[in-house]
Amino acid sequence: MLTQMMLQRLMDHDRGGWVFLAVLLAIGILVPVANLLVPADSFFHIPTYTVTLLGKYLCFALLALSLDLVWGYCGILSLGHGAFFALGGYAMGMYLMRQIGTRGVYGDPELPDFMVFLNWDSLPWYWYGFDQFWFAALMVMIVPGALAFVFGWLAFRSRVSGVYLSIMTQALTYALMLAFFRNELGFGGNNGLTDFKDILGASLQSDVTRVVLFVCSVVALALGYLVCRFIVTSKLGRVVTAVRDAEARTRFIGYRVEHYQVCIFTVSAVIAGIAGALYVPQVGIINPSEFQPLNSIELVVWVALGGRATLYGAALGAGLVNYIKTVLTGALPEVWLFVLGALFVIVTVALPRGVIGIWRQLRLRENHG
Amino acid sequence: MFRQLTKVCAVVVLSFSATWAAADTIKVGVLHSLSGTMAISETTLKDTILMMIEEQNTAGGLLGKKLEAVVVDPASNWPLFAEKARELIEKEKVDVVFGCWTSVSRKSVLPVFEELNGLLFYPVQYEGEESSKNVFYTGAAPNQQAIPAVDYLMNEVGAERWVLAGTDYVYPRTTNKILKAYLKAKGVTDKDIMINYTPFGHADWQSIVADIKKFGSAGKKTAVVSTINGDANVPFYKELGNQGVSAEDIPVIAFSVGEEELSGIDAGPLVGHLAAWNYFMSVDAEVNDDFIDSWLEFIDDEDRVTNDPMEAHYIGFKMWVEAVKKAGTTDSSQVQDAIIGVAVPNLSGGLATMMPNHHITKPVLIGEIQDDGQFDTVWQTPGTVPGDAWSDFLPGSMDITADWQAPLSCGNYNVKSGACSGQNYE
Amino acid sequence: MINLKTLVVLAVVTIPSPSIAAFGDDFESVVNALNTRSFDDKLEAASRLATMDHERVDVVLQALIDGKLYKKKGDDTVVVVVSLEGGGHQLTDAASGEDLGKVGRRGAKKISVNNKLRRQLKGLFASRQLNVDDPQARIAAVQAIINAGDVSLREILLERREVESVEDVQDAIDVAMVVFDLDSKDQATKLAAIQASADNLDSNVRMKLTAVVSDQSLDQELRDAAASSLANIEGLVERYRWIETLFFGLSLGSILVLAAIGLSITFGVMGVINMAHGELIMLGAYTTYVVQTLFPDALEYSLLIAIPAAFIVSGLVGIAIERGVIRFLYGRPLETLLATFGVSLILQQAVRSIFSPLNRAVATPEWMSGSLEIVQGLSITYNRLYIFFFALLVFATLLTILQRTRLGLEVRAVTQNRAMAQAMGIRNTRVDILTFGLGAGIAGVAGVALSQLTNVGPNLGQGYIVDSFMVVVFGGVGNLWGTLVAGLSLGVVNKVLEPAAGAVVAKILVLVFIILFIQKRPRGLFPQKGRAVES
Repeated sequence: MLTQMMLQRLMDHDRGGWVFLAVLLAIGILVPVANLLVPADSFFHIPTYTVTLLGKYLCFALLALSLDLVWGYCGILSLGHGAFFALGGYAMGMYLMRQIGTRGVYGDPELPDFMVFLNWDSLPWYWYGFDQFWFAALMVMIVPGALAFVFGWLAFRSRVSGVYLSIMTQALTYALMLAFFRNELGFGGNNGLTDFKDILGASLQSDVTRVVLFVCSVVALALGYLVCRFIVTSKLGRVVTAVRDAEARTRFIGYRVEHYQVCIFTVSAVIAGIAGALYVPQVGIINPSEFQPLNSIELVVWVALGGRATLYGAALGAGLVNYIKTVLTGALPEVWLFVLGALFVIVTVALPRGVIGIWRQLRLRENHG
Repeated sequence: MFRQLTKVCAVVVLSFSATWAAADTIKVGVLHSLSGTMAISETTLKDTILMMIEEQNTAGGLLGKKLEAVVVDPASNWPLFAEKARELIEKEKVDVVFGCWTSVSRKSVLPVFEELNGLLFYPVQYEGEESSKNVFYTGAAPNQQAIPAVDYLMNEVGAERWVLAGTDYVYPRTTNKILKAYLKAKGVTDKDIMINYTPFGHADWQSIVADIKKFGSAGKKTAVVSTINGDANVPFYKELGNQGVSAEDIPVIAFSVGEEELSGIDAGPLVGHLAAWNYFMSVDAEVNDDFIDSWLEFIDDEDRVTNDPMEAHYIGFKMWVEAVKKAGTTDSSQVQDAIIGVAVPNLSGGLATMMPNHHITKPVLIGEIQDDGQFDTVWQTPGTVPGDAWSDFLPGSMDITADWQAPLSCGNYNVKSGACSGQNYE
Repeated sequence: MINLKTLVVLAVVTIPSPSIAAFGDDFESVVNALNTRSFDDKLEAASRLATMDHERVDVVLQALIDGKLYKKKGDDTVVVVVSLEGGGHQLTDAASGEDLGKVGRRGAKKISVNNKLRRQLKGLFASRQLNVDDPQARIAAVQAIINAGDVSLREILLERREVESVEDVQDAIDVAMVVFDLDSKDQATKLAAIQASADNLDSNVRMKLTAVVSDQSLDQELRDAAASSLANIEGLVERYRWIETLFFGLSLGSILVLAAIGLSITFGVMGVINMAHGELIMLGAYTTYVVQTLFPDALEYSLLIAIPAAFIVSGLVGIAIERGVIRFLYGRPLETLLATFGVSLILQQAVRSIFSPLNRAVATPEWMSGSLEIVQGLSITYNRLYIFFFALLVFATLLTILQRTRLGLEVRAVTQNRAMAQAMGIRNTRVDILTFGLGAGIAGVAGVALSQLTNVGPNLGQGYIVDSFMVVVFGGVGNLWGTLVAGLSLGVVNKVLEPAAGAVVAKILVLVFIILFIQKRPRGLFPQKGRAVES
């Protein structure tokens, strides 16, 4: 009863949101059924390949959602959100690494293969605890959250904003990329973490595990949406939107602007971390190229294309761009960068409100006509 | 509402699911990056396989069927490699895949090939320490490149001090580890070995070259063993040339610089520096001349070059064809059994044989760079060297052996404990 | 003549590995003796050749060193080749100089030379160069003889010393003598040589001294002397190393300044975050490549042509970006960031489609290669030296434009207060176009400089964009002096940290430092004044 009321309050005047949740529900039911229950030769069968692909899109959608929260509602253009995503992914990857146990190449029960190989004697302290799922799950949220908190606290307190902040976040992810590429750091260097065997005792190779992970992604995306929605409809959200539109004025009214900014930034980083954690077991590898500044910028265009400050638009944009990418890198590899580049230009110059904006405009015209 | 949704889903399914595999062709998957940072190296390999397929089809196909290439672009993105590998095997139903360049891309696709029991031919020299049931390593293992190269420097050039310079990733790390163990076994002391790692695409070599220069003027003949990767090489060699380090003073032997890399730079300052490979374009053999001619004709550009990974693909493709003929089917398990022991001509006038550990036999050639970007062979092993999956110079893998023939059928078998570990097959 | 020649060739062919007795005294048979697989036999023949008095000796030796000496397929004539465009060779008979026409790619095979042989050949060749007129060439020849380490050439040097009149050459020969004397069997000569080598930083000397120190069979006095000489040398090397590190840092810094200075203008003046800046640099580098391809004969001047060409190409592309994209986005800096990032992807892929994804070979002119030796053991590479001064020149030019010209005045006015400037009758649009064109053009010029240091490929620009932004932000947006100071100091800090921390950690430390610094001073080292700051 209570949850229903909560839902009612959150989703009030949010038709797009309802549609979004309904679609998620449908995919969350239909895809597993079509993959597991429908026989393989049937027309309606969805191969595992497609399930993992869709699962990947969902993780990206969740990541896009987290960026939309800070960019769309808070006006902070982070060019380093890929870093939070990757950190969450690494935390999950470390858990999966520890699960390999003696099944690794060198059969060491304690150390992952790359450590045996680099002559590490014992597990470094920052790997402690990652053999427990609950600890890893906690770290998935704490590590990106803590980094975002420290970074945000420093930056927002000294009023680094706008372009400067964007460039600093870019420097952050760039520095992390360089650091993670180093083999000495103890995260597998360029190869990253891979060769995972199972998660919570279930083999990652099995179709059922894949479907479960897929459903988890669907649920995470839906919950992520509700959390974001909760934030933007709360008082916190209103203040933050005010900061976006007129920072100085909000400050003069008496709000401690930086507190609100740090809060949203941290929450957003946590969501990004969760997206990364769901992404890793589905694609089977996490490595430092996820920290590339390019990835984080590409992420911005997903949000911009879908439509800023709509939340579901960001998710839609993520799915759309990645679908185009999948198709084009298969069919016309040379064209992909042209298309991506053109998308950036067109969206910023001609479609400041994204795809959702067009749709809304069309509906507005219909209503008037 | 529900009907609409099923419609949407049906469309999604349609657009994702493959064109049904036609029964009258044999599908060959090509998994090389055509965009992104690795496109520089990998595009050529895609073309090589396309050329081999065309030649095979002109010669009447295979098992009475035509070969059909399925090319995808993993875009130098490692998770995408795994995704595309799955697409090739599960969706496109290819019978064999030729692909990957970097170690991390191979590691990324490995679980997919093992899960779906596919076949992958991997054409690049790599760090070893692996032997998968589903992968055939047609590039050099460390004992087919690094160790003979060091032997050459030690015996023919008289090097006593060693700089092991590499890009910071797994291939240089392993190679240098093996080399260090090897050098120490040969009586070289720790203070005569300098190891240096740099990031990918490192552009500012001033300090490191100055270090090497200083290290090299301490009284003993010094040589540099370079596992520096791709893009970082040009600024490295330029800096060497400008700081006056000539090949005669401090020779640099590279394991990752081939004809293709040299074609993108002014080779003048590099003349006399060395490279160790299993094939050079300049190799004097009829079969090589024919291969070069058909390559130049296929690619329709007189200035293109051939290189070692291309030869590896050439050998791998021929081996696969022979194995399929021998097995009479393209079924992966049967091809896996049939291919062991298959011998095909390589491009330097000898034979390459597939060993039970899924590596092949190769001659090792040492060449000096010429100003036209070609190599001049100055030394070569008398016969071929079989690839060793598990190095004899690493403490962890000394006792490990790989043999995919019955009764062992294991890629990671510890001779001492008798255990077969790290295998993902039921 | 012909008969004789075939006879000799036959003789060589029938004896697979000719020993010293196998070739006669005449020039032709010695040349033919070069055609053997054994490097030792080649050296024998070449040494014999070097002592001969024949007009073509130098030609043949030089061809052998350069890898231009081939044997013709079929009759195994030793020939000097000139490679032709599009494959194939033009052949000249090595012994007689007779033109033998053209053959295809497979028509001739190289007589290979390895490093060891090449070094010895250079010594041999140098011994013939001791009598040329140019004193510099003589000094180079003496150096080559030292490098070759061939004791048999000692006598030739001594002979030359007798007749040598130029002081520098005399000194060079004396040094060479000392180096030879280090190997002397005579105790006194050896000791004198060791003591005389205390300030000789030549690596051959160090090698020999080390050998003396570690040789147990030698006299203790000799070994002590060698050790003290070595210690002296090490001290010198260490002192030079600091100077070197400083220069390395300044050089790295000058590159950062070049890459960032264009960005500083567009960012500071127009508030435009131009993510395509790196690609404009790349276009400049490609322009250099195109210039070199168009004028293959004018390699030495190619850079001088490329600088204005690159300025124009990148400048025009920059103006096109400004007109096509950015002018719709003024006042929305974050959007310009995204749009120009899109442009950068398009430019990258366009270059990849036009020039292929492979890197392009840009040659370095003679005057940019090698290094300037300030004192022995301390030398500075020419390319970096020129680029350092070039960066300063570009900086000074820009500063002059901004401080002394009408355009500069307008630009500064617009920077400080856009609206007010417009009210005073400055045409903002024109200033925007020109400023952006100027910034982009400077990026192109930076590209010309970078083409001399690194790969010219589609990814060139990406490597510099983050660094450039760091420099601009650290220095203070819109402040040229800030960019200069920031670039140079970041370069030096990076290089000072590098030996201790390694290249990657040094870079990470610098990045972290900048991130923290910006928290402390959000507007950089030299904050800009004026209204623009508030917006």
